[in-house]
Amino acid sequence: MQPFTKVTGPAAPLLRANIDTDVIIRIERLTGLPRDQLGRYAFEALRYRKDGSEAPDFVLNQSKFRYAPILIAAENFGCGSSREGAVWALMSAGLRCVIAESFGDIFYNNCFQNGMLPVALPASDLKRLALEAADGAPVTVDLLERVVVTPAGERIGFDIDPQRRNSLIEGLDDISRTLKSFEQIGLWQTRDHLERPWIWNPGLA
Amino acid sequence: MARTLLDKLWDLHVVADLGEGWSLLHIDRHLLHDLSGTAGLFALAQKGLPVRNPELAFATPDHAVSSAPGRTGTTFEPGAKLWAGLKQLSHAAGIRYFELGDLGQGIVHVMAPELGIALPGVSLICGDSHTCTNGGLGALAFGVGSSELTHALATQTLRQRKPKAMRVRFEGKPGHGITPKDLILNLIGKIGASAGTGYAIEYAGDAVRAMPIEGRMTVCNLSIELGAKIGFVAPDEMTFGYVEGRQFAPKGRLFDQAVSHWRSLPGDADAAFDRDEVVDVARVAPTVTWGTSPEHAIAIDQPIPDPADAPDPTRRKAWQEALEYMDLTPGRPIEGTKVDWVFIGSCANSRLSDLREAAQIARGHHVAPGVTAWVVPGSERVKREAEAEGLDAVFKSAGFQWREPGCSMCVAANGERVPPGARSVSTSNRNFVGRQGPEARTHLASPTMAVAAAVTGEITDVRRL
Repeated sequence: MQPFTKVTGPAAPLLRANIDTDVIIRIERLTGLPRDQLGRYAFEALRYRKDGSEAPDFVLNQSKFRYAPILIAAENFGCGSSREGAVWALMSAGLRCVIAESFGDIFYNNCFQNGMLPVALPASDLKRLALEAADGAPVTVDLLERVVVTPAGERIGFDIDPQRRNSLIEGLDDISRTLKSFEQIGLWQTRDHLERPWIWNPGLA
Repeated sequence: MARTLLDKLWDLHVVADLGEGWSLLHIDRHLLHDLSGTAGLFALAQKGLPVRNPELAFATPDHAVSSAPGRTGTTFEPGAKLWAGLKQLSHAAGIRYFELGDLGQGIVHVMAPELGIALPGVSLICGDSHTCTNGGLGALAFGVGSSELTHALATQTLRQRKPKAMRVRFEGKPGHGITPKDLILNLIGKIGASAGTGYAIEYAGDAVRAMPIEGRMTVCNLSIELGAKIGFVAPDEMTFGYVEGRQFAPKGRLFDQAVSHWRSLPGDADAAFDRDEVVDVARVAPTVTWGTSPEHAIAIDQPIPDPADAPDPTRRKAWQEALEYMDLTPGRPIEGTKVDWVFIGSCANSRLSDLREAAQIARGHHVAPGVTAWVVPGSERVKREAEAEGLDAVFKSAGFQWREPGCSMCVAANGERVPPGARSVSTSNRNFVGRQGPEARTHLASPTMAVAAAVTGEITDVRRL
């Protein structure tokens, strides 16, 4: 997994509540395309007009935000479907960090599996940040210091779970970490065979 | 200390305490479908890792297969490789696979309870956010992304943080024509699409205790539309009665042993919740959504909301955009809005009880001119049982199409879409922009409300039919 320590660049404001993962990437795109080619279909319904041309008022189509590494969103960003393709599509579009008031639980978790940093900030901080960043001035998100630095230099601290932070910084792979507990899982399962025998060998018991 | 159902379900599955609130959680049951399941099995094979406990996983195609009568795995051509991949990778790993046309095929969250794969007290995951449906039996069930899915295949565990506990009590007796779908849509409209973020929701109250198991599954299904990836109902005698005798459920002495364990699961009477909500069921009317989030839900007799009345500027903008997308005028009644499509199906409402209720309304009526109406049963078993009761004949003679089981037009992953600009009344769980197809306009409702819309050609209060 790609580690995350710090990113600096334009922060595109997309301040609408409840942006769901269907809007981030349509499911049909996930049946046919490799993950690194999903970027052009991110926010498809908002990004293109009926004739397929770009919608000029959509934020990621504006030249100052076209390659923005940071997205500023509102409440409940990434709600809905569990599709991890939503994170892949955002990353394929060049984003490394989403700052929002809150996130859908499954999306939030999927971010950490892919080297994407979701930062939750209160609505008042978000609005101030979006206003300052509106002309494309650079914002810095520093995971080591747990701080968002606004274009004017204001430092806004954020909370993040220490284990998640550490995994992102080091780019750790959860599977190899858990496989170190292989024997412990086996012991637990052996005990569980005795305590809950109906769990095991379903259909054969 | 007094413990909630969540506390008990959680503690049962902790293999190791990982510190700072993290647990290594055992996964007792894993459902695999043709989108995320195929991808997860493929990713695992690429890493050169085996499936740790193939006997605990169950696979069936549902998302990217056609629902057309006479379909095969290749009818929807772009999904053919996913269908074939799931079948091949499942066989190679020793995972039970239910093929199209076999008893057991169906929407994963419909087939798992009906086969006794989902049980009270199990931890169950799937690469699908509506896995919470299985909480209707008292399971700790939640959706995961591809990475976690692969992690669970390799280790039979997940690294998880315990959520906070919310209780929603549905109290009172529902009025005539009110279904579990109306109750949960009403709740989402009231507390919002992110009220459940970070929580597991336990549904309780006398209306839930009186609710049949399939209705409890409908309520739990929409937990994720509240933001909660976990929702459940404490198991009771009705649950045990539902589970008994199902194919993969414990039998005989083992069943008795399981039941005595399951009786210990309900939360202690004095256990505390982080948040408590109450819904007065008697006041709930048939409920329908008007916008592009499940929280845009109103009673059938209410007017379409005016953005001027929105609680905050962000919502005002969202309401304006939703009204524009849906082509609706604020202040006008929602009832009487003309519809083009009706979809009865999805893991929210495609079980036998849903189809029975829908058929009862459809009987003696006919789909209105200009309306296309589909019934997509949730599983092969539901389909066969419905046909044995003659429900297919009722639907067909009323002008509905009777189709093959799968997710179909709920998520439009199989090319089955509501056309651009068309208005649909759907028994599914998401009215997101483009969910049923680009530019499709979706109104969520119960199966009986969907039939009422189909036969009148407009959004209609089913209590009038």
